[in-house]
Amino acid sequence: MTTRLFGEPVRRREDARLITGQGRYLDDLGAGALAAAFVRSPHAHARILDVDVSAALDVEGLVAIYTWEDLPGALAEPLPLLIPHPALTHGRTAYPLAREIVRHVGEPVVMVVARDRYLAEDACALIRVGYEILKPVVGIEEAVRGVHLVHEDVPGNVGAHLVQEVPGHGGVTAREAVEAAPHRLEFRLDVERSACTPLEGKGVYARWDADDGSLRVYSSTQTSTSVRMAIAAKLGLPLPKVEVIAPDVGGGFGVKIVHPWPEEILVPWAARLLHREVKWTEDRREHFVSSSHERGQVQHVRVGFDDDGRVLGLEVEILHDHGAYTPYGIIVPIITSTQLLGPYKVGAYRVEFSSIYTNTVQVTPYRGAGRPQGVFCMERTMDKIAAYLGRDRTQVRAANFIQPDEFPYDQGLTFQDGRPLIYDSGDYPEALRMLKELIGWDSFAEEKARAAAEGRRIGIGVGCYVEGTGVGPYEGGHVQITSDGRVHVSTGLTSQGQGHETVFAQIAATELGVPIEKVSVVTGDTRRFGYAVGTFASRAAVMSGNAIALACRKVREKALRIAAEALEADPRDLEITDGKIHVAGVPSASIPLATVAVLSNPLRYAFDEEAKRATQFAGPASDDRPPVAEGEEPGLEGRDYYSPVRSTFAAGMHAAIVETDPDTAEIRILRYAVVHDCGKLINPMIVEGQIHGGVAQGVGGALYEKMVYDEHGQLLNASFMDFLMPYATEVPRIETAHLETPSPLNPLGIKGAGEAGVIPVSAVIASAVEDAEGITIDRMPISPSDLHHLRLTR
Amino acid sequence: MNETRHRVTLTVNGVLHEAEVPGRRLLSDCLRHDLGLTGTHVGCEHGVCGACTVLLDGEPVRSCLTFAVTADGHEITTVEGLARGGGEPSPVQRAFTECHALQCGFCTPGFLCTVTAFLRDNPAPSEEEALEAVAGNLCRCTGYQNILKAVHRAAELQAEEDR
Ligand code: FES
Ligand code: FES
Repeated sequence: MTTRLFGEPVRRREDARLITGQGRYLDDLGAGALAAAFVRSPHAHARILDVDVSAALDVEGLVAIYTWEDLPGALAEPLPLLIPHPALTHGRTAYPLAREIVRHVGEPVVMVVARDRYLAEDACALIRVGYEILKPVVGIEEAVRGVHLVHEDVPGNVGAHLVQEVPGHGGVTAREAVEAAPHRLEFRLDVERSACTPLEGKGVYARWDADDGSLRVYSSTQTSTSVRMAIAAKLGLPLPKVEVIAPDVGGGFGVKIVHPWPEEILVPWAARLLHREVKWTEDRREHFVSSSHERGQVQHVRVGFDDDGRVLGLEVEILHDHGAYTPYGIIVPIITSTQLLGPYKVGAYRVEFSSIYTNTVQVTPYRGAGRPQGVFCMERTMDKIAAYLGRDRTQVRAANFIQPDEFPYDQGLTFQDGRPLIYDSGDYPEALRMLKELIGWDSFAEEKARAAAEGRRIGIGVGCYVEGTGVGPYEGGHVQITSDGRVHVSTGLTSQGQGHETVFAQIAATELGVPIEKVSVVTGDTRRFGYAVGTFASRAAVMSGNAIALACRKVREKALRIAAEALEADPRDLEITDGKIHVAGVPSASIPLATVAVLSNPLRYAFDEEAKRATQFAGPASDDRPPVAEGEEPGLEGRDYYSPVRSTFAAGMHAAIVETDPDTAEIRILRYAVVHDCGKLINPMIVEGQIHGGVAQGVGGALYEKMVYDEHGQLLNASFMDFLMPYATEVPRIETAHLETPSPLNPLGIKGAGEAGVIPVSAVIASAVEDAEGITIDRMPISPSDLHHLRLTR
Repeated sequence: MNETRHRVTLTVNGVLHEAEVPGRRLLSDCLRHDLGLTGTHVGCEHGVCGACTVLLDGEPVRSCLTFAVTADGHEITTVEGLARGGGEPSPVQRAFTECHALQCGFCTPGFLCTVTAFLRDNPAPSEEEALEAVAGNLCRCTGYQNILKAVHRAAELQAEEDR
């Protein structure tokens, strides 16, 4: 194959439109559509007494005002609980518009539709909602006390409680193993809330075609296929009458996998009711108070270990704040509690979590999805063991590593997909060796001493993680070669900047032996591919990548079969180079794929010159065979699915050198090093980009970002002024090295890479600050003021 | 209640446009929704993210903090106007692609406008200067490393062109 593009840093094919302003994001669509806006609750917990719209009725351009009472049928029911789990005994979801009670600031109460957004907001401002204020439950501690309840029928505010226990040798429990261990430590860790915060908020635009009785909806979503099914169900429409398209999406990071958002069903409903196009574009404040947050947890840890720092028993109790509702189930704490183990064997393990309601924005996965907290827990544990034993932190980690010859390695737990947590491949000792070399771990002591001599404080930190990627159940790919030789690839999952149009084209071009310029890729459009799960859990490349490869192989086989007949050759002797099928070593005996595409579709009518070759009088055909053989289909196309038995496990290790200012307590990252293993790389440039972006978000979470709620449940920093996302000045240069241990689970040998960068950053920075300061760091993020206070109480 | 509308005349990317807008109409909304130039994006509408940056008489401004009526009679360049005549991407645009300085692309128009103005005034920036130049724009995807690389690459491409 001359067209080997897999593994190359191919430039992105989506860029041409995005750098010229020709991208089409949600709010770029639907010029002239009516605009929706929402009256949202200003209270964290309140009973709605009445809604008075009279003052709003005079607003110019007002079209409609809706409250919960107006919603028909299934629309009036609570939103779906997307991922039920037996342990989620008290799952609760919101109504699309609040019914009687509001449970967080920002919950939608009234929908207004008007000629444009300014006018819709004018009307919102004039609508008076009467509330009886109820006692808000804010903060994990307050919630577990259970004095006041978020949901009247959820005692103790506990939505879910789950225990997983893996006994050690001879069946000892974790409790026994900890008690019997030569050394023991016990401590508490805290992680604050943050949020995905894509630069483009959510948005929905709906067109009802009254003549056709059909609905077309555009949504800034990570799953168009599932939004489609939700809309069809909620609106009582036949599925084929609903199409959903994810246009260009300005970042997702998890928040846009949740669906249907209230607006995703209300806007289409209004469009159908009003026979008008309707659009809603989320503004920044709405995104802060009415989308999702993540990360907030309290962890209690008990660990027992031997003289080498080997963990013999580990007990972790997690209190997970899931906010007011649980539409996405308990995926986040499940991931925290299972992925916490990272690259280590820990003897006996017991983890218990309670997932707790509070009167705050709901919690659903944000890039990393519970892993950053789990890794923070495990890596803090490793550092504490090292400190206790006076050993090097990397030595303690190495003593606990799963070894390369131990794969597949069964952690004995049940993972987020309900499947056993079995690691497929990896080489952790090698990754650590590479990392130490990259950052200069072994010579750091001297560097630190030199800095100290100049009155500077520097510290080094390390963090390791394993990430289950590419979760099922499946994705599909469709590949069609048309008679002009073009290759059309589609897959159902969506894109939010990961470069899928490029990497999937690389896969197709490589598999089919065609120039990449001939390949075009469509994602997230149910008109092209209706079966899909979505883009989350670092799964797109693994799932759709493999599905597309498999679909290409089908098409390739068919092409070779047809070509073999035309060339009177054995298909096994044929190759495809540069879009032409030829006998291996004999480039002259060839036939273009375009022609094969023509031949694959027996025609009656010649619509152009090429097509003449496939018409019924064109060539010799066997009189006693039907033009389309049994089991065959016309056309040079194929569809296939990839459905793995279980996730594939990527891994990585990060190290950082930080400097803390002795006076101002400012924390500066001097160097940041990443060793990353996501199996085979499809496009190293894109993988590096994913790592950079992930680390930047991790730096935000480690040093700057938190959701500041007051005791009334008001989010005090719901703007970019006050919620501090890193600018270029806050993100260090990231040094990367790749290790490739291919996954044995999928045909391409790849593992996911999307979330990786963010996962260990808090752990790494905590480790480094602790090293610089000699102060125990048990809570993240850490601001200069936090560090200052820690210094005072040392 | 009907709002008073004002007639504004804007020269956008060299083309004269007229629009009737209420006094409170943001320049970002006017460009996007009245003139259909949706390349300019809004990420916050409170002046922090820089996604809405356009060039007003050549200088970068946040179009979400500017009223359309304020821009009456002025020249505006948006991302749609950065390419050379004939649609050839500008050095800054080319550098962003070459260096993989965009992922979702939502912040990109703001960065492109900012960097274009910056390199016009400072065609050979130091590391520090380049960092300073882009430090007022938020990107949630790239981690900025490749954006910084692109600033320097754009300077190189521009220098090659000018040679
Ligand atoms: S949209 Fe103007 S600065 Fe963010
Ligand atoms: S590329 Fe997505 S915000 Fe910058």
